[in-house]
Amino acid sequence: MDLTKLSAIELRQKLVDKEVSSVEIVKSHINKIEEMESSIGAFIITNGEEALKTAELIDKKIANNEEIGCLAGIPIGIKDNIVTNGIKTTCGSKMLENFVPPYDATVIGKIKGEDGIIIGKTNMDEFAMGSSTETSYFKVTKNPHDLERVPGGSSGGSAAAVASFEVPLSLGSETGGSVREPASFCGVVGIKPTYGLVSRYGLIAFASSLDQIGTFGRNVSDAALLLNAISGFDRRDSTSVSKEKIDYTKATVEGIKGMRLALPKEYFGEGIDKSVKEKVYNAVKVLESLGAEIEEISLPYTDYALSCYYIISTSEASSNLARLDGVRYGYRAEKYDDLEGLYINSRTESFGEEVKRRIMLGTYALSSGYYDAYYDKAQKVRTLIKRDFDKTFEKFDAIISPTAPILPFKIGEKADDPLAMYMSDILTVSVNLAGACALSVPCGFVEGLPVGLQLIGDRFEEEKIIKLAYNYERNRGDINGL
Amino acid sequence: MISKEDVKHIAYLSKLKFSEEEMADFTNKFSQIVEYVNKLSEVDTENIDSTYQISEEYQFMREDEIKESLSREEALLNAPDSQFGYFKLPKVLE
Repeated sequence: MDLTKLSAIELRQKLVDKEVSSVEIVKSHINKIEEMESSIGAFIITNGEEALKTAELIDKKIANNEEIGCLAGIPIGIKDNIVTNGIKTTCGSKMLENFVPPYDATVIGKIKGEDGIIIGKTNMDEFAMGSSTETSYFKVTKNPHDLERVPGGSSGGSAAAVASFEVPLSLGSETGGSVREPASFCGVVGIKPTYGLVSRYGLIAFASSLDQIGTFGRNVSDAALLLNAISGFDRRDSTSVSKEKIDYTKATVEGIKGMRLALPKEYFGEGIDKSVKEKVYNAVKVLESLGAEIEEISLPYTDYALSCYYIISTSEASSNLARLDGVRYGYRAEKYDDLEGLYINSRTESFGEEVKRRIMLGTYALSSGYYDAYYDKAQKVRTLIKRDFDKTFEKFDAIISPTAPILPFKIGEKADDPLAMYMSDILTVSVNLAGACALSVPCGFVEGLPVGLQLIGDRFEEEKIIKLAYNYERNRGDINGL
Repeated sequence: MISKEDVKHIAYLSKLKFSEEEMADFTNKFSQIVEYVNKLSEVDTENIDSTYQISEEYQFMREDEIKESLSREEALLNAPDSQFGYFKLPKVLE
Protein backbone atom coordinates (compact mmCIF):
# COMPACT_ATOMS: atom_id res chain seq x y z
CA MET A 1 0.00 0.00 0.00
CA ASP A 2 1.32 3.44 -0.92
CA LEU A 3 0.69 5.43 2.24
CA THR A 4 1.39 8.75 0.51
CA LYS A 5 -1.79 8.33 -1.54
CA LEU A 6 -3.96 8.37 1.59
CA SER A 7 -5.60 11.43 3.09
CA ALA A 8 -4.57 12.78 6.48
CA ILE A 9 -7.81 11.53 8.02
CA GLU A 10 -7.29 8.04 6.57
CA LEU A 11 -3.69 7.95 7.80
CA ARG A 12 -4.71 8.84 11.34
CA GLN A 13 -7.44 6.18 11.29
CA LYS A 14 -4.95 3.51 10.21
CA LEU A 15 -2.68 4.63 13.00
CA VAL A 16 -5.47 4.39 15.57
CA ASP A 17 -6.44 0.94 14.21
CA LYS A 18 -2.77 -0.08 14.53
CA GLU A 19 -2.60 -1.01 10.84
CA VAL A 20 0.44 1.22 10.36
CA SER A 21 2.96 2.99 12.60
CA SER A 22 3.92 6.66 12.60
CA VAL A 23 7.42 5.65 11.60
CA GLU A 24 6.08 3.85 8.52
CA ILE A 25 3.99 6.88 7.59
CA VAL A 26 6.92 9.27 7.95
CA LYS A 27 9.35 6.96 6.12
CA SER A 28 7.02 6.60 3.15
CA HIS A 29 6.72 10.39 2.88
CA ILE A 30 10.48 10.91 3.23
CA ASN A 31 10.93 8.47 0.34
CA LYS A 32 8.34 10.30 -1.68
CA ILE A 33 10.07 13.63 -1.03
CA GLU A 34 13.39 12.12 -2.13
CA GLU A 35 11.77 10.82 -5.29
CA MET A 36 9.91 14.04 -6.20
CA GLU A 37 12.11 16.89 -5.04
CA SER A 38 14.54 16.96 -7.96
CA SER A 39 11.63 17.69 -10.29
CA ILE A 40 9.23 19.66 -8.01
CA GLY A 41 11.47 21.60 -5.61
CA ALA A 42 8.77 22.26 -3.03
CA PHE A 43 11.03 22.29 0.03
CA ILE A 44 13.78 24.65 1.13
CA ILE A 45 14.77 22.37 3.98
CA THR A 46 13.63 18.92 5.11
CA ASN A 47 13.67 17.64 8.64
CA GLY A 48 13.57 13.86 8.15
CA GLU A 49 15.69 12.79 11.09
CA GLU A 50 13.77 14.89 13.64
CA ALA A 51 10.49 13.82 12.04
CA LEU A 52 11.36 10.16 12.53
CA LYS A 53 12.25 10.77 16.18
CA THR A 54 8.88 12.41 16.75
CA ALA A 55 7.19 9.52 14.96
CA GLU A 56 8.87 7.04 17.34
CA LEU A 57 7.54 8.98 20.32
CA ILE A 58 4.02 8.89 18.91
CA ASP A 59 4.29 5.14 18.29
CA LYS A 60 5.31 4.72 21.92
CA LYS A 61 2.28 6.72 23.02
CA ILE A 62 0.05 4.43 20.98
CA ALA A 63 1.74 1.31 22.34
CA ASN A 64 1.10 2.62 25.87
CA ASN A 65 -2.55 3.30 25.02
CA GLU A 66 -2.06 7.01 25.70
CA GLU A 67 -4.37 9.50 24.05
CA ILE A 68 -3.11 10.92 20.74
CA GLY A 69 -3.79 14.25 19.05
CA CYS A 70 -5.94 14.93 15.99
CA LEU A 71 -2.86 15.20 13.73
CA ALA A 72 -1.06 12.18 15.17
CA GLY A 73 1.60 10.79 12.88
CA ILE A 74 0.73 13.08 9.97
CA PRO A 75 3.69 14.68 8.15
CA ILE A 76 3.10 18.39 7.58
CA GLY A 77 4.95 20.91 5.40
CA ILE A 78 5.36 24.42 6.80
CA LYS A 79 5.74 27.55 4.71
CA ASP A 80 9.15 29.02 5.42
CA ASN A 81 7.83 32.29 6.87
CA ILE A 82 6.43 30.52 9.94
CA VAL A 83 9.10 30.28 12.62
CA THR A 84 10.16 26.86 13.85
CA ASN A 85 12.35 26.50 16.92
CA GLY A 86 15.76 25.22 15.88
CA ILE A 87 14.85 24.84 12.19
CA LYS A 88 16.03 27.48 9.73
CA THR A 89 13.31 29.89 8.66
CA THR A 90 14.38 31.87 5.60
CA CYS A 91 11.27 33.57 4.21
CA GLY A 92 12.73 32.59 0.84
CA SER A 93 15.30 35.38 1.24
CA LYS A 94 19.05 35.77 1.31
CA MET A 95 18.37 38.18 4.20
CA LEU A 96 17.31 35.29 6.47
CA GLU A 97 19.33 32.52 4.80
CA ASN A 98 20.92 31.48 8.11
CA PHE A 99 18.20 32.52 10.55
CA VAL A 100 17.45 29.84 13.14
CA PRO A 101 14.50 30.95 15.28
CA PRO A 102 14.81 30.42 19.03
CA TYR A 103 11.04 29.88 19.41
CA ASP A 104 8.01 28.29 17.76
CA ALA A 105 5.12 30.15 16.16
CA THR A 106 1.83 29.55 17.99
CA VAL A 107 0.55 27.38 15.11
CA ILE A 108 3.67 25.20 15.31
CA GLY A 109 3.13 24.70 19.03
CA LYS A 110 -0.47 23.73 18.31
CA ILE A 111 0.54 21.24 15.60
CA LYS A 112 3.09 19.65 17.92
CA GLY A 113 0.49 19.58 20.68
CA GLU A 114 -1.76 17.55 18.37
CA ASP A 115 1.11 15.14 17.59
CA GLY A 116 1.55 16.40 14.02
CA ILE A 117 4.99 15.95 12.48
CA ILE A 118 6.93 18.86 10.97
CA ILE A 119 8.70 17.29 7.99
CA GLY A 120 10.14 20.38 6.32
CA LYS A 121 9.92 24.03 5.35
CA THR A 122 8.44 24.88 1.99
CA ASN A 123 9.54 27.27 -0.72
CA MET A 124 7.84 30.62 -1.18
CA ASP A 125 8.13 33.97 -2.90
CA GLU A 126 10.63 36.11 -1.01
CA PHE A 127 8.86 37.50 2.09
CA ALA A 128 5.62 36.14 0.53
CA MET A 129 5.75 38.84 -2.16
CA GLY A 130 4.67 37.23 -5.39
CA SER A 131 2.13 35.00 -7.10
CA SER A 132 4.37 32.35 -8.61
CA THR A 133 7.08 31.38 -6.06
CA GLU A 134 9.62 32.59 -8.64
CA THR A 135 10.98 35.38 -6.42
CA SER A 136 12.41 32.86 -3.92
CA TYR A 137 16.15 33.35 -3.45
CA PHE A 138 16.69 29.59 -3.28
CA LYS A 139 14.84 27.79 -6.06
CA VAL A 140 11.95 27.74 -8.49
CA THR A 141 9.15 25.36 -7.53
CA LYS A 142 7.42 23.55 -10.41
CA ASN A 143 3.73 22.89 -10.84
CA PRO A 144 3.24 19.12 -10.35
CA HIS A 145 0.65 19.11 -13.18
CA ASP A 146 3.07 20.66 -15.69
CA LEU A 147 6.72 21.08 -14.77
CA GLU A 148 7.14 24.04 -17.13
CA ARG A 149 4.56 26.03 -15.20
CA VAL A 150 4.50 27.86 -11.87
CA PRO A 151 2.71 26.41 -8.83
CA GLY A 152 1.29 29.84 -7.98
CA GLY A 153 2.39 31.80 -4.95
CA SER A 154 3.41 32.92 -2.62
CA SER A 155 2.75 29.59 -0.81
CA GLY A 156 3.74 27.65 -3.95
CA GLY A 157 5.97 25.15 -2.15
CA SER A 158 3.23 24.19 0.31
CA ALA A 159 0.67 23.70 -2.47
CA ALA A 160 3.06 21.75 -4.72
CA ALA A 161 4.16 19.50 -1.84
CA VAL A 162 0.54 18.48 -1.18
CA ALA A 163 -0.29 18.09 -4.88
CA SER A 164 2.74 15.85 -5.50
CA PHE A 165 1.90 13.61 -2.49
CA GLU A 166 5.06 14.63 -0.62
CA VAL A 167 2.84 15.51 2.34
CA PRO A 168 -0.90 15.20 2.97
CA LEU A 169 -1.11 18.58 4.71
CA SER A 170 0.73 21.88 4.74
CA LEU A 171 0.52 25.40 6.11
CA GLY A 172 0.68 28.50 3.95
CA SER A 173 0.00 32.15 4.58
CA GLU A 174 -2.07 34.77 2.84
CA THR A 175 -1.87 38.49 2.43
CA GLY A 176 -3.79 38.79 -0.84
CA GLY A 177 -4.45 35.25 -2.08
CA SER A 178 -1.19 33.41 -1.40
CA VAL A 179 -2.98 30.24 -0.24
CA ARG A 180 -5.95 30.23 -2.61
CA GLU A 181 -4.09 31.03 -5.84
CA PRO A 182 -1.48 28.24 -5.47
CA ALA A 183 -4.26 25.86 -4.31
CA SER A 184 -6.07 26.67 -7.55
CA PHE A 185 -2.93 26.29 -9.70
CA CYS A 186 -1.91 22.98 -8.08
CA GLY A 187 -5.39 21.41 -7.91
CA VAL A 188 -5.63 21.16 -4.12
CA VAL A 189 -7.87 22.66 -1.43
CA GLY A 190 -6.66 25.85 0.30
CA ILE A 191 -8.43 27.66 3.14
CA LYS A 192 -7.82 31.30 4.05
CA PRO A 193 -9.41 31.78 7.47
CA THR A 194 -11.04 34.94 8.79
CA TYR A 195 -8.59 37.58 9.99
CA GLY A 196 -8.16 36.95 13.72
CA LEU A 197 -9.12 33.26 13.72
CA VAL A 198 -5.55 31.93 13.59
CA SER A 199 -2.74 33.46 15.63
CA ARG A 200 -0.10 35.34 13.63
CA TYR A 201 2.45 35.04 16.45
CA GLY A 202 5.57 33.71 14.77
CA LEU A 203 4.38 34.38 11.23
CA ILE A 204 7.03 36.73 9.85
CA ALA A 205 4.94 39.79 9.03
CA PHE A 206 4.34 41.07 5.50
CA ALA A 207 1.23 43.24 5.97
CA SER A 208 -0.07 42.88 9.49
CA SER A 209 -3.68 43.98 8.89
CA LEU A 210 -4.05 41.44 6.04
CA ASP A 211 -1.81 38.46 6.91
CA GLN A 212 -3.38 35.19 7.97
CA ILE A 213 -2.09 31.61 8.11
CA GLY A 214 -4.05 29.09 6.02
CA THR A 215 -4.18 25.35 5.33
CA PHE A 216 -3.72 23.02 2.35
CA GLY A 217 -5.02 19.48 1.86
CA ARG A 218 -5.96 17.26 -1.06
CA ASN A 219 -9.58 17.31 0.05
CA VAL A 220 -11.87 19.62 2.02
CA SER A 221 -11.98 17.41 5.13
CA ASP A 222 -8.19 17.33 5.44
CA ALA A 223 -7.83 21.10 5.07
CA ALA A 224 -10.60 21.55 7.68
CA LEU A 225 -8.84 19.13 10.06
CA LEU A 226 -5.66 21.20 9.99
CA LEU A 227 -7.68 24.40 10.47
CA ASN A 228 -9.18 22.79 13.59
CA ALA A 229 -5.73 22.24 14.98
CA ILE A 230 -4.36 25.76 14.40
CA SER A 231 -7.34 28.05 15.08
CA GLY A 232 -8.14 29.70 18.39
CA PHE A 233 -7.43 32.69 20.55
CA ASP A 234 -3.84 33.53 21.41
CA ARG A 235 -2.89 36.20 23.90
CA ARG A 236 0.42 36.68 22.11
CA ASP A 237 -1.35 38.13 19.03
CA SER A 238 -3.27 41.29 19.90
CA THR A 239 -5.46 40.91 16.79
CA SER A 240 -6.43 37.36 17.71
CA VAL A 241 -10.18 37.11 18.34
CA SER A 242 -11.54 35.38 21.41
CA LYS A 243 -14.34 33.08 20.28
CA GLU A 244 -15.70 29.69 21.16
CA LYS A 245 -13.75 26.92 19.43
CA ILE A 246 -15.51 25.40 16.43
CA ASP A 247 -14.97 21.87 15.09
CA TYR A 248 -14.73 22.49 11.34
CA THR A 249 -14.73 18.79 10.47
CA LYS A 250 -18.36 18.76 11.68
CA ALA A 251 -19.19 21.02 8.73
CA THR A 252 -18.27 18.20 6.34
CA VAL A 253 -21.82 16.88 6.20
CA GLU A 254 -24.36 16.65 3.42
CA GLY A 255 -27.18 19.09 2.85
CA ILE A 256 -26.91 22.55 1.31
CA LYS A 257 -30.53 22.87 0.23
CA GLY A 258 -31.69 26.45 0.49
CA MET A 259 -28.22 27.94 0.95
CA ARG A 260 -27.97 31.24 -0.89
CA LEU A 261 -25.02 31.88 -3.17
CA ALA A 262 -24.07 35.20 -4.78
CA LEU A 263 -22.41 35.34 -8.19
CA PRO A 264 -20.67 38.73 -8.52
CA LYS A 265 -20.75 39.82 -12.15
CA GLU A 266 -17.44 41.70 -11.76
CA TYR A 267 -15.69 38.37 -11.00
CA PHE A 268 -16.76 36.92 -14.35
CA GLY A 269 -15.92 39.94 -16.51
CA GLU A 270 -13.12 40.93 -18.81
CA GLY A 271 -9.69 39.48 -18.10
CA ILE A 272 -11.06 36.19 -16.81
CA ASP A 273 -10.06 33.24 -19.00
CA LYS A 274 -13.06 31.80 -20.83
CA SER A 275 -12.20 28.20 -20.07
CA VAL A 276 -11.82 29.05 -16.36
CA LYS A 277 -15.26 30.69 -16.34
CA GLU A 278 -16.80 27.66 -18.03
CA LYS A 279 -15.51 25.30 -15.33
CA VAL A 280 -16.77 27.59 -12.59
CA TYR A 281 -20.23 27.86 -14.20
CA ASN A 282 -20.33 24.05 -14.32
CA ALA A 283 -19.57 23.97 -10.61
CA VAL A 284 -22.34 26.48 -9.96
CA LYS A 285 -24.73 24.11 -11.75
CA VAL A 286 -23.66 21.25 -9.48
CA LEU A 287 -24.35 23.36 -6.39
CA GLU A 288 -27.69 24.42 -7.84
CA SER A 289 -28.64 20.79 -8.47
CA LEU A 290 -27.96 20.15 -4.77
CA GLY A 291 -30.54 22.75 -3.81
CA ALA A 292 -28.46 25.92 -3.46
CA GLU A 293 -30.09 29.11 -4.68
CA ILE A 294 -27.96 31.22 -7.00
CA GLU A 295 -28.34 34.91 -7.72
CA GLU A 296 -26.19 37.35 -9.69
CA ILE A 297 -25.03 40.38 -7.71
CA SER A 298 -22.66 43.32 -8.09
CA LEU A 299 -19.61 44.24 -6.00
CA PRO A 300 -19.11 47.69 -7.50
CA TYR A 301 -15.71 48.52 -5.95
CA THR A 302 -14.02 45.36 -7.27
CA ASP A 303 -12.20 47.35 -9.92
CA TYR A 304 -10.31 49.31 -7.24
CA ALA A 305 -9.43 46.38 -4.99
CA LEU A 306 -6.02 45.64 -6.50
CA SER A 307 -4.80 49.25 -6.25
CA CYS A 308 -6.14 49.48 -2.73
CA TYR A 309 -4.45 46.21 -1.82
CA TYR A 310 -1.07 47.21 -3.23
CA ILE A 311 -1.02 50.54 -1.38
CA ILE A 312 -2.00 49.06 1.98
CA SER A 313 0.08 45.89 1.77
CA THR A 314 3.26 47.63 0.64
CA SER A 315 2.86 50.42 3.19
CA GLU A 316 2.64 47.90 5.99
CA ALA A 317 5.48 45.87 4.46
CA SER A 318 7.80 48.87 4.26
CA SER A 319 7.32 49.31 7.99
CA ASN A 320 7.50 45.60 8.90
CA LEU A 321 10.65 45.00 6.86
CA ALA A 322 12.45 47.97 8.42
CA ARG A 323 13.49 45.62 11.22
CA LEU A 324 15.70 43.75 8.77
CA ASP A 325 18.75 45.95 9.09
CA GLY A 326 21.65 43.58 9.61
CA VAL A 327 21.94 44.36 13.33
CA ARG A 328 20.27 41.69 15.48
CA TYR A 329 19.78 38.86 12.97
CA GLY A 330 19.86 38.29 9.25
CA TYR A 331 22.39 39.21 6.60
CA ARG A 332 25.09 41.79 7.28
CA ALA A 333 27.12 43.22 4.41
CA GLU A 334 30.85 42.62 4.52
CA LYS A 335 31.74 46.15 3.49
CA TYR A 336 30.40 49.40 4.97
CA ASP A 337 31.84 52.68 6.18
CA ASP A 338 29.46 53.52 8.98
CA LEU A 339 26.16 52.46 10.58
CA GLU A 340 24.07 54.00 7.79
CA GLY A 341 26.19 52.11 5.26
CA LEU A 342 25.70 48.89 7.22
CA TYR A 343 21.92 49.25 6.98
CA ILE A 344 21.89 50.22 3.30
CA ASN A 345 24.42 47.66 2.09
CA SER A 346 22.95 44.80 4.12
CA ARG A 347 19.44 45.49 2.77
CA THR A 348 20.54 46.24 -0.80
CA GLU A 349 22.67 43.09 -1.09
CA SER A 350 20.17 40.69 0.43
CA PHE A 351 16.68 41.72 -0.75
CA GLY A 352 15.50 40.68 -4.20
CA GLU A 353 14.04 43.06 -6.78
CA GLU A 354 10.35 42.45 -5.97
CA VAL A 355 10.88 42.99 -2.24
CA LYS A 356 12.74 46.22 -2.96
CA ARG A 357 9.96 47.36 -5.28
CA ARG A 358 7.32 46.81 -2.62
CA ILE A 359 9.32 48.46 0.16
CA MET A 360 9.78 51.42 -2.20
CA LEU A 361 6.08 51.62 -3.11
CA GLY A 362 5.07 51.48 0.55
CA THR A 363 7.65 54.05 1.57
CA TYR A 364 6.41 56.33 -1.22
CA ALA A 365 2.75 55.91 -0.17
CA LEU A 366 3.60 56.74 3.44
CA SER A 367 5.99 59.59 2.71
CA SER A 368 5.32 63.19 3.55
CA GLY A 369 3.00 64.81 1.02
CA TYR A 370 1.67 61.51 -0.35
CA TYR A 371 0.18 59.92 2.75
CA ASP A 372 -3.34 61.31 2.24
CA ALA A 373 -3.44 60.71 -1.49
CA TYR A 374 -2.29 57.09 -1.24
CA TYR A 375 -2.28 55.45 2.16
CA ASP A 376 -5.30 57.12 3.72
CA LYS A 377 -7.21 57.09 0.43
CA ALA A 378 -6.64 53.33 0.18
CA GLN A 379 -7.92 52.80 3.73
CA LYS A 380 -11.10 54.66 2.80
CA VAL A 381 -11.57 52.61 -0.35
CA ARG A 382 -11.05 49.56 1.85
CA THR A 383 -14.09 50.65 3.87
CA LEU A 384 -16.15 50.73 0.66
CA ILE A 385 -14.94 47.29 -0.40
CA LYS A 386 -15.76 45.90 3.03
CA ARG A 387 -19.25 47.43 2.84
CA ASP A 388 -19.81 45.65 -0.50
CA PHE A 389 -19.12 42.36 1.28
CA ASP A 390 -21.09 43.20 4.44
CA LYS A 391 -24.15 44.07 2.36
CA THR A 392 -23.86 40.85 0.35
CA PHE A 393 -23.60 38.67 3.44
CA GLU A 394 -26.79 40.16 4.89
CA LYS A 395 -28.61 38.18 2.24
CA PHE A 396 -26.25 35.41 1.11
CA ASP A 397 -24.37 32.51 2.71
CA ALA A 398 -21.42 32.71 0.35
CA ILE A 399 -19.98 34.39 -2.73
CA ILE A 400 -18.84 32.15 -5.54
CA SER A 401 -16.26 32.88 -8.27
CA PRO A 402 -13.12 31.59 -9.93
CA THR A 403 -10.07 31.69 -7.62
CA ALA A 404 -7.60 32.87 -10.26
CA PRO A 405 -8.44 34.70 -13.48
CA ILE A 406 -6.08 32.53 -15.53
CA LEU A 407 -4.63 29.03 -15.78
CA PRO A 408 -1.17 28.36 -14.29
CA PHE A 409 1.31 30.24 -16.47
CA LYS A 410 4.76 29.28 -17.74
CA ILE A 411 7.81 29.80 -15.54
CA GLY A 412 9.39 33.11 -16.54
CA GLU A 413 6.34 34.28 -18.49
CA LYS A 414 5.45 37.13 -16.14
CA ALA A 415 8.66 37.37 -14.14
CA ASP A 416 9.70 40.62 -15.82
CA ASP A 417 6.30 42.30 -15.77
CA PRO A 418 5.26 43.04 -12.18
CA LEU A 419 1.87 44.49 -13.07
CA ALA A 420 0.90 41.42 -15.10
CA MET A 421 1.95 39.29 -12.13
CA TYR A 422 -0.15 41.39 -9.72
CA MET A 423 -3.23 40.76 -11.90
CA SER A 424 -3.18 37.07 -10.84
CA ASP A 425 -4.55 38.25 -7.48
CA ILE A 426 -7.44 40.28 -8.82
CA LEU A 427 -10.13 37.85 -7.56
CA THR A 428 -8.60 37.17 -4.15
CA VAL A 429 -7.33 40.46 -2.63
CA SER A 430 -10.76 41.89 -1.70
CA VAL A 431 -11.29 39.04 0.77
CA ASN A 432 -8.17 40.02 2.71
CA LEU A 433 -9.13 43.69 2.66
CA ALA A 434 -12.55 42.78 4.10
CA GLY A 435 -11.04 40.30 6.59
CA ALA A 436 -13.47 37.62 5.39
CA CYS A 437 -12.81 33.89 4.96
CA ALA A 438 -12.52 32.01 1.68
CA LEU A 439 -11.30 28.78 0.15
CA SER A 440 -10.36 27.32 -3.19
CA VAL A 441 -11.53 23.84 -4.23
CA PRO A 442 -10.58 22.15 -7.53
CA CYS A 443 -13.41 22.30 -10.08
CA GLY A 444 -11.92 20.83 -13.24
CA PHE A 445 -8.99 20.74 -15.61
CA VAL A 446 -8.32 22.60 -18.85
CA GLU A 447 -5.73 20.85 -21.02
CA GLY A 448 -4.35 19.11 -17.95
CA LEU A 449 -4.18 22.28 -15.85
CA PRO A 450 -6.30 22.64 -12.69
CA VAL A 451 -8.99 25.28 -12.17
CA GLY A 452 -10.07 26.42 -8.71
CA LEU A 453 -13.51 27.40 -7.51
CA GLN A 454 -13.51 30.17 -4.89
CA LEU A 455 -16.08 30.25 -2.09
CA ILE A 456 -16.08 33.37 0.08
CA GLY A 457 -17.81 33.51 3.46
CA ASP A 458 -18.55 36.25 5.96
CA ARG A 459 -16.20 36.78 8.89
CA PHE A 460 -16.06 33.66 11.10
CA GLU A 461 -18.43 31.73 8.81
CA GLU A 462 -15.86 29.09 7.79
CA GLU A 463 -18.38 26.34 8.48
CA LYS A 464 -20.62 27.54 5.65
CA ILE A 465 -17.94 27.58 2.96
CA ILE A 466 -16.47 24.29 4.18
CA LYS A 467 -19.91 22.71 3.99
CA LEU A 468 -20.50 24.04 0.49
CA ALA A 469 -17.06 22.94 -0.70
CA TYR A 470 -17.49 19.49 0.84
CA ASN A 471 -20.84 18.98 -0.84
CA TYR A 472 -19.49 20.21 -4.14
CA GLU A 473 -16.43 17.94 -3.85
CA ARG A 474 -18.61 14.87 -3.25
CA ASN A 475 -20.83 15.62 -6.20
CA ARG A 476 -18.49 17.15 -8.78
CA GLY A 477 -17.84 13.80 -10.46
CA ASP A 478 -14.57 12.94 -12.17
CA ILE A 479 -13.15 16.44 -12.65
CA ASN A 480 -10.38 15.37 -14.96
CA GLY A 481 -13.00 14.41 -17.47
CA LEU A 482 -15.36 17.35 -16.90
CA MET B 1 5.47 60.60 -13.51
CA ILE B 2 8.22 59.21 -11.30
CA SER B 3 11.73 60.47 -12.10
CA LYS B 4 15.10 58.92 -11.34
CA GLU B 5 15.52 61.63 -8.71
CA ASP B 6 12.29 60.54 -7.03
CA VAL B 7 13.49 56.94 -7.00
CA LYS B 8 16.76 58.02 -5.44
CA HIS B 9 14.93 59.90 -2.71
CA ILE B 10 12.54 57.03 -1.93
CA ALA B 11 15.49 54.62 -1.92
CA TYR B 12 17.21 56.87 0.61
CA LEU B 13 14.12 56.77 2.84
CA SER B 14 13.92 52.98 2.42
CA LYS B 15 17.59 52.40 3.25
CA LEU B 16 18.17 50.89 -0.18
CA LYS B 17 20.48 51.75 -3.06
CA PHE B 18 20.22 51.22 -6.81
CA SER B 19 23.16 51.17 -9.16
CA GLU B 20 23.09 53.31 -12.31
CA GLU B 21 22.48 50.18 -14.44
CA GLU B 22 19.45 49.13 -12.36
CA MET B 23 18.02 52.63 -12.21
CA ALA B 24 16.38 52.99 -15.65
CA ASP B 25 14.56 49.64 -15.55
CA PHE B 26 13.50 50.08 -11.94
CA THR B 27 12.20 53.62 -12.50
CA ASN B 28 10.24 52.49 -15.54
CA LYS B 29 8.52 49.57 -13.77
CA PHE B 30 7.96 51.62 -10.63
CA SER B 31 6.28 54.39 -12.64
CA GLN B 32 3.92 51.91 -14.26
CA ILE B 33 2.81 50.63 -10.86
CA VAL B 34 2.35 54.10 -9.40
CA GLU B 35 0.32 55.03 -12.46
CA TYR B 36 -1.83 51.92 -11.98
CA VAL B 37 -2.55 52.59 -8.30
CA ASN B 38 -3.41 56.22 -9.10
CA LYS B 39 -6.73 54.76 -10.22
CA LEU B 40 -7.81 55.14 -6.59
CA SER B 41 -8.14 58.90 -7.07
CA GLU B 42 -11.29 58.27 -9.16
CA VAL B 43 -13.16 56.96 -6.11
CA ASP B 44 -15.34 59.40 -4.20
CA THR B 45 -14.40 58.90 -0.54
CA GLU B 46 -16.04 62.03 0.85
CA ASN B 47 -17.29 61.30 4.41
CA ILE B 48 -15.93 57.73 4.34
CA ASP B 49 -13.97 56.56 7.38
CA SER B 50 -10.67 54.70 7.06
CA THR B 51 -10.46 50.99 7.90
CA TYR B 52 -7.00 50.61 9.42
CA GLN B 53 -8.00 47.43 11.20
CA ILE B 54 -10.75 45.04 10.21
CA SER B 55 -11.58 43.77 13.67
CA GLU B 56 -14.20 45.81 15.50
CA GLU B 57 -12.99 44.46 18.77
CA TYR B 58 -10.60 46.53 20.78
CA GLN B 59 -7.05 45.31 20.42
CA PHE B 60 -6.41 44.08 23.90
CA MET B 61 -3.44 45.14 25.95
CA ARG B 62 -1.75 42.76 28.33
CA GLU B 63 -0.73 43.52 31.88
CA ASP B 64 2.87 44.65 32.17
CA GLU B 65 4.04 41.59 34.05
CA ILE B 66 7.57 40.31 33.95
CA LYS B 67 7.66 36.82 32.52
CA GLU B 68 10.36 34.52 31.31
CA SER B 69 11.55 35.49 27.85
CA LEU B 70 14.47 34.64 25.58
CA SER B 71 17.78 34.30 27.38
CA ARG B 72 20.64 36.60 26.39
CA GLU B 73 22.37 33.67 24.67
CA GLU B 74 19.28 32.84 22.65
CA ALA B 75 18.72 36.47 21.72
CA LEU B 76 22.29 36.69 20.42
CA LEU B 77 22.22 33.36 18.59
CA ASN B 78 21.48 34.94 15.21
CA ALA B 79 23.49 38.12 15.66
CA PRO B 80 25.86 38.79 12.75
CA ASP B 81 28.36 40.14 15.27
CA SER B 82 28.35 40.33 19.08
CA GLN B 83 30.73 41.01 21.93
CA PHE B 84 30.46 40.96 25.74
CA GLY B 85 26.83 39.83 25.41
CA TYR B 86 25.80 42.73 23.18
CA PHE B 87 25.07 43.25 19.48
CA LYS B 88 28.19 44.72 17.94
CA LEU B 89 28.00 47.68 15.55
CA PRO B 90 30.41 50.20 14.02
CA LYS B 91 31.23 53.20 16.16
CA VAL B 92 28.61 55.98 15.98
CA LEU B 93 30.36 58.56 18.17
CA GLU B 94 33.75 60.06 17.60
